[in-house]
Amino acid sequence: MTAIRPAQASDLPGISALDARLTGFDKPDYWREMLAPDRHFLVAETGKGTLAGFIAGEVRAWEFGQPAAGWVFAIQIDPKLRQRGVGSALFEALVARFKAEGVTRVRTLVDRKDHLILSFFRAQGMVAGPSLQLDKDLA
Amino acid sequence: MKLQTGTRLGLYAVLELARDPERTLTAADLAERFGVSIHHLAKVLRTLGAAGLVRGGRGAAGGYRFTGNRRRATLMDVVALFEPAPGQRAKEPGEDTEIGGALQRVLLEIDEIAEATLRSISVETMLKPRR
Repeated sequence: MTAIRPAQASDLPGISALDARLTGFDKPDYWREMLAPDRHFLVAETGKGTLAGFIAGEVRAWEFGQPAAGWVFAIQIDPKLRQRGVGSALFEALVARFKAEGVTRVRTLVDRKDHLILSFFRAQGMVAGPSLQLDKDLA
Repeated sequence: MKLQTGTRLGLYAVLELARDPERTLTAADLAERFGVSIHHLAKVLRTLGAAGLVRGGRGAAGGYRFTGNRRRATLMDVVALFEPAPGQRAKEPGEDTEIGGALQRVLLEIDEIAEATLRSISVETMLKPRR
């Protein structure tokens, strides 16, 4: 059984290590900033108290001209603990917090080649949003 | 976006059968349900059978049932059986010109978005009741 609770400073090394293992990028400063009071940073831990996963997001208004919506910035689940509903529980907990802030939409951005995470968000009922992300190589 | 008829029939058959993997339906049952040609559907079911997504169909009255994995099988798994893969299609005249190349890059961008969408939607997600 996993429990969801707000992340604390003492969770940061575990969060940073799990993320670095899965993405190949170590970014402890980025995760420390997620502890800001206006952000929602949640962790899931197993019955034994080990980190099973985390999710981070924030309500942002008028970002790219759009009315207030809850944005999911990141979600990572320990690969050994996947397919057990940890990701869904984290997503639902974050959405509940967004709703408590009064927003009625949740958004995220996903690498279109990352079919695993795309499938996860689709399974949560998410569909293509109103924006298209554009990009240019400046090198 | 327009799908070839075979692709559409393949998706209809897989999704209808996957609604209840214990249930068997004949090609005639499926053809009647969607108002499509039984001959075309029978051919499509053979392709789906060879891919391991459905099983059955022995004899005229033999029914089919879904044998794939609802959580792992995606719309793309069905589409790829009937539509040419983006990298496999024949070269069109003019593609080597500057304008042809620019057009190809736009079409490739559209293909990549379509593929990401189809690959991200599992049979399970597709059959979930809409909230």
